[in-house]
Amino acid sequence: MTSSLRLRAGLVSIVLLAAFLGIWHLATRSAGTAATMSPEYAKLMGLTATQGKSAMPGPLDVGVKLWEHLRRPFYDNGPNDKGLGIQLAYSIARVGTGYLLAVLVAIPLGFLIGMSPLLSKALDPFIQVLKPISPLAWMPLALYTIKDSSISAIFVIFICSIWPMLLNTVFGVASVRKEWINVARTLEVGTVRRAFTVILPAAAPTILTGMRISIGIAWLVIVAAEMLVGGTGIGYFVWNEWNNLSITNVIIAILLIGIVGMLLDQILARFTRMVTFPE
Amino acid sequence: MSDKFISIEGIAKRYPGAGGATTTVFENLWLSMARGEFACVIGHSGCGKTTVLNILAGLDAPSEGAVIVDGQAIYGTSLDRAVIFQSHALLPWRTVLGNVAYAVSSKWRSWDRAKVKAHAQTFIDLVGLSGSEHKRPSELSGGMKQRVGIARALSITPKMMLMDEPFSALDALTRGTLQDEVRRICLETGQTAFMITHDVDEAIYLADKIFLMTNGPGAVLAEVVENPLPRDRGRTDLHRHPLYYALRNHIVDFLVTRSKTFATETPGHDPRNVPLVHIGKPGLTIATGGDEQRLAWTAGTSPGLTA
Ligand SMILES: Nc1ncnc2c1ncn2[C@@H]1O[C@H](COP(=O)(O)OP(=O)(O)O)[C@@H](O)[C@H]1O
Ligand SMILES: [Mg+2]
Repeated sequence: MTSSLRLRAGLVSIVLLAAFLGIWHLATRSAGTAATMSPEYAKLMGLTATQGKSAMPGPLDVGVKLWEHLRRPFYDNGPNDKGLGIQLAYSIARVGTGYLLAVLVAIPLGFLIGMSPLLSKALDPFIQVLKPISPLAWMPLALYTIKDSSISAIFVIFICSIWPMLLNTVFGVASVRKEWINVARTLEVGTVRRAFTVILPAAAPTILTGMRISIGIAWLVIVAAEMLVGGTGIGYFVWNEWNNLSITNVIIAILLIGIVGMLLDQILARFTRMVTFPE
Repeated sequence: MSDKFISIEGIAKRYPGAGGATTTVFENLWLSMARGEFACVIGHSGCGKTTVLNILAGLDAPSEGAVIVDGQAIYGTSLDRAVIFQSHALLPWRTVLGNVAYAVSSKWRSWDRAKVKAHAQTFIDLVGLSGSEHKRPSELSGGMKQRVGIARALSITPKMMLMDEPFSALDALTRGTLQDEVRRICLETGQTAFMITHDVDEAIYLADKIFLMTNGPGAVLAEVVENPLPRDRGRTDLHRHPLYYALRNHIVDFLVTRSKTFATETPGHDPRNVPLVHIGKPGLTIATGGDEQRLAWTAGTSPGLTA
């Protein structure tokens, strides 16, 4: 039953994709107005209008271009012309670095806050104020103090991924089932051992949920951050191709951003499943 | 019995109530148990049974009074007092073996893996879970989970076992087998056991002494009933014993009526000298229909502290 449902859902997905591509193709094929246009006007409008072709690339143009990119993902012809693989690698490296730094700070800090009602109350106002700040708002401050655009981007990733992880760790640690804590207490397990053998495994699913939210936000933010700081990365690529008026490349970049984001999310989802045990 | 292995001396538990008032769950509670004794506590929900057990375990501290175990006042939990939790409280990320081994390695920190494992295995075998060592709690039935809880509690070879309605979530058949096993193990190992239960027959089968608590708030220990049934009783022929119905009726009567009215009807109740009830001869017990005269009971033998 479930397999047949999955089969049917897959079929519907394919039909929808085909319909989307078909409509896209038809809509961008030709405007068909070139014939009735006066020559002067046609001259003004440039090539796209005169040939009856839309400025928007069709799915075939994108497909051809994508194939080119996929065949040479890692070429490097100087600062404004690098393979998509290289650009993505830059972005992933920045996200990875900022994210890992955030993990290193958020999880131990979240543990402390979650285990100490005093710290939890004392730090709460700061967290409440800092959390809703758009990560990009930190960018000027980061550029001013750090002076390095690439590190500033990493800092922005760090600051945006820290909050969901921190809050989830605090929540996960503070809401470990009382009985499990009592088991450790009746066994006279010390605080450190208790933290690692009871609280960490019990809070792990909640912590990983926070990490999953964080990686999603980090991937959203890196594109915007790289548009601002420039130089390298998929965000810069999008902006650069927009300046080159290569909508085809912009569309390809959008597609890849979506796919990489999905993969990152799936990896974290898998980790979450690995640490989740039904009772 | 003069040997007071456990002595609860005048404990109280109060919680801050609404509007600055305090709610007293119970106060001035005195209770004692001898080494190797099996005691059951019976009382309605909310009277404070779990609170007493948690104080005995050291998981909770009394607002007043003290608990003396083996001649020493207790502060906090101890590996000498094992707890079997109502909801079994197994760690779901550990296997059966892992759960028991966690307790073993907590008690004997210097033991190596193999020794911990072998010791844990002995107790898994003892509760009849051989073959399920590598299952996780989610793969076990309710009865099996509780067996793991029992194995975990026993594996640290405690001086006493504290059980909070350990079998209440189980079906009757499983409950019966586990009662047999707990009784066997406690007799074999000479455990001192303190068990909360709702099940009158369970108390009659397992307990040497049955503590009856009145309703809360302000619950008191009303009576200590001595179990007249022989030590080698069997679960299936309990009801054939001539004193069984007298005992059962006494407890049920208490639960149905006297637990509510006890405080008003017994103004002179001395919490330090809780009456020790001996169930009399069956003829005497069943013949009279009256409430108070139904039982032959001797008051004044205190299970509490007699200075
Ligand atoms: N943290 C708490 N705050 C206030 N009241 C509590 C708290 N814990 C328990 N109580 C009260 O103490 C009483 C005794 O609870 P408990 O020992 O769990 O009863 P029992 O196990 O006999 O059903 C209950 O009436 C409960 O409402
Ligand atoms: Mg209870």
